[in-house]
Amino acid sequence: MPLELDLALRVGIPVLLVALGFFWGSFVERRHYASIERRERERRPIPVTNVRELDRNRRVARSQLVSASVVVSVDAFKAMVGAIQIFFGGRVRAYESLVDRARREAILRLFDEAGAADTLVNLRVETSMIDQNEPGANATSIEALAYATAVEYES
Amino acid sequence: MFVDHPSIEVSNLETIPGRTIVAHFGVVTGSTVRAKNFGKDFLAGLRNIVGGELKEYTELLQEARHDAVMRMCEQAQQVGANAVVNVRFATSAVASGAAELYVYGTAVEVR
Repeated sequence: MPLELDLALRVGIPVLLVALGFFWGSFVERRHYASIERRERERRPIPVTNVRELDRNRRVARSQLVSASVVVSVDAFKAMVGAIQIFFGGRVRAYESLVDRARREAILRLFDEAGAADTLVNLRVETSMIDQNEPGANATSIEALAYATAVEYES
Repeated sequence: MFVDHPSIEVSNLETIPGRTIVAHFGVVTGSTVRAKNFGKDFLAGLRNIVGGELKEYTELLQEARHDAVMRMCEQAQQVGANAVVNVRFATSAVASGAAELYVYGTAVEVR
């Protein structure tokens, strides 16, 4: 293979992937944020708390553990920017929006799981890296898990 | 429905709302280790370029977590409980490409 072609491929393919990540990735993120914000406005306005108290004046009809989760991946552009920000230290904005989207998505799905419940109590949210291939490597995707006890009161 | 065990009630509160705990049976646990498979990994590899949700993994982990919960409920049933309270989830990457889903709680009898 001629040297020029070899060099062009070695440099060109990563640049192409990062560019694809930049354009497609930011489109995917904007679309996801629009969807999250719309669903947050439209969701049934039931109280959600992370305390373990119930309304003592009402009798409980039913309760159930509900959980919802989502795995969200970074795009090639974010991964590159994130790696640079991690190298220099400080705030890593590239990853902030990733975890924010994952958590809000998981909580929104929890509302869908909750069905006709009157309230969600003891909400817990956790985040984990599921595809860390070698120790110390940067995550390429994260899982956000939300769970809570859905309570239905007697009417 | 997430927890569909026929005879065990589950909550992450210290009690089952509206019920009274009459007996404790100690901690019960359930766990499962899942690895991603080749086909799903390939799709996920493509997703890592453009970002967004990895639906295959979301489903894989939810199924795995459901299995872990069912194992915990079976254990609770064996010790004579009818509910599991104060349930907590934990996820850890145990090896390259494999995750453990762990769930634990206290088996109790409620009335």
